[in-house]
Amino acid sequence: MSLVFVIPGPLRDLAGNRSEVRVKGSAESASKALSLLWAECPGVRDRVVTEVGRVRPHVNIFIDGEDIRYTGGLSSPVRDGAEIVILPALSGG
Amino acid sequence: MPVTRDVKPRNGDVLLLVGTMKGAFIFRSNAKRSSWDVGGPYFPGSAVYAMAYDGRDGRHRIWAAPHSMHWGGNLRSSDDFGKTWTNPESAPVKFPESAGVALNQIWQIAPGREAESDTLYCGVEPAALFVSRDAGETWSLNEGLWNHPQRERWQPGGGGLCLHTILLDPRSLDRIRIAVSTGGMYVTEDGGESWRPSNQGVRADFLPDKHPEFGQCVHKVVQSKVDPDRMFLQNHWGLYRSNDCGEKWTDVAKGVPSDFGFAMAIHPDDPDCAWIVPLESDGFRCTPEGKLRVYRTTDGGKKWEPMTKGLPQKGAYETVLRDAMAADPLQPAGVYFGTRNGKLYGSSDEGKKWSELADGLPAVVSVKAVEISIPRKRT
Repeated sequence: MSLVFVIPGPLRDLAGNRSEVRVKGSAESASKALSLLWAECPGVRDRVVTEVGRVRPHVNIFIDGEDIRYTGGLSSPVRDGAEIVILPALSGG
Repeated sequence: MPVTRDVKPRNGDVLLLVGTMKGAFIFRSNAKRSSWDVGGPYFPGSAVYAMAYDGRDGRHRIWAAPHSMHWGGNLRSSDDFGKTWTNPESAPVKFPESAGVALNQIWQIAPGREAESDTLYCGVEPAALFVSRDAGETWSLNEGLWNHPQRERWQPGGGGLCLHTILLDPRSLDRIRIAVSTGGMYVTEDGGESWRPSNQGVRADFLPDKHPEFGQCVHKVVQSKVDPDRMFLQNHWGLYRSNDCGEKWTDVAKGVPSDFGFAMAIHPDDPDCAWIVPLESDGFRCTPEGKLRVYRTTDGGKKWEPMTKGLPQKGAYETVLRDAMAADPLQPAGVYFGTRNGKLYGSSDEGKKWSELADGLPAVVSVKAVEISIPRKRT
C-alpha cells in the first residue's frame, strides 16, 4: 500500500528534488496522508499548512483530481494508491 | 524567474536593504554615496517587510523575512551579502500550538545590543514579539506580551495587527519598547516578563476617549542612539517628541502640511534632528498637493522645514510606508526612503539634496541603511 504525492516546482528542493514522492502506508484521511508526507519531507510541511494545521489559503490539494475543499477538507477520504497533488493557487498580483 | 545580481561590498561601504512587495534588493555604495550598485531581486515574488543587518561580533549577516502568498513566511540570512541564503526547512518564527494562531507576517527584525550579541528580536503579525538567544537558530514567543490582558482589545490597522517597532534601550538590557498598530506603545523593564502601556499624551482621534491608556495607532517610533531618552513618534494623526524615553509625549506637529504619515528617521548623532514624510489623511494617504516633501527638524520638533531639492514637486502622489525610511551612520548622515510606487530616493547631505536611486522597483515597504565592517580574513 502506498500513496503518491505530486510536489510543485517551488517545493521540490525540500523533497529531495523530486516531483513525485511515493510513501508507504495508507491513510483514512487527507490529514493522515499528509502526515506521511511530512515524515518523508519535513520541510514541505510549513509551506503547505500553517502552525495551526490549516492548509494555507493559496495552496490547493487535490486527491485523485478532486479539490479537498469540496470533499471534506483535511477529513477527505483517501483510497489506497491515491494520487495527491499539491499546487499553488492561481493567485497573486 | 528574473536573473539575480549580487553586490560586492568593501569595508566602509554603505548598504541599503530594500524590501519590496515582490522581493528584496541590496544597494551598495562607497562612503561618497554618489553612485550605487544594485543586487537582487532576492526572493522574487515574495513580500519582504523586514530586513536587518547584524554586524555584531564580527558578523556581516543580512536577515530577510520573505513571505510568499502561497507558501507562507520564513526567516533567512546571508553571510555573503546576498549571494547565498539560508532556507530553514522548518519556519523558525512561528507561534506555539497553544497560541492558536498562525503567523501572517514578520514586520521587524532587530538585532540585540552589543552586550547580547546572539540575541535577535522579531515583531510580527498578529502582534507579538519573538526572541532568539542563539543568533537566530531558534525563536520563542514572548509570553509576557502575548498574555497581556489588554492584547485582546488591540485592533488591526490597514496593514493588519502588527508589532512593527522594537526599541532596545542601550542602557539596560531589561528595557524594551515596542509599538503595535493598533495597540500603542508598551514597555518592559524586566526583560520581557511584564509590559505596561506607554502612551501618555498620544491621541487616538478615532476613539471616543481621545487619550486612552492604550489603543493608539502608532505608526512609527524612533529613538536616538546618543540620547536614548529622545524619541519621536509618528502617529495616525499626531507627531510627537519624548524627552523621557517614551514616558510622556508632546505634540510637535507645527509647520507640517499634515500630522499624518508613516515613515520616520532620526539622526545618528543629533537627537534634535529627524526626518518625516507627511501624507494627506485619512483615505488618500499620499503626499499632499502632489509634492514629495521630506520635512526635517533640527531643534527637537519646534520647527519643521521642507527638504525638496531633487524631489518632484508636481504630480507626485507618493506613499512612504512606516519602515521605508532610514538614515545611515556616516557624517554627514545619508537619508533614504522608498515609495509605494517603486521609487527609491537618497540624500548624502542630511536631506539638503536628493537623488533618485531607482525607479520601477516593486512597491517599497522597508529600507534599512548600514555601514558595513568586514572582518579581515586570517592568514
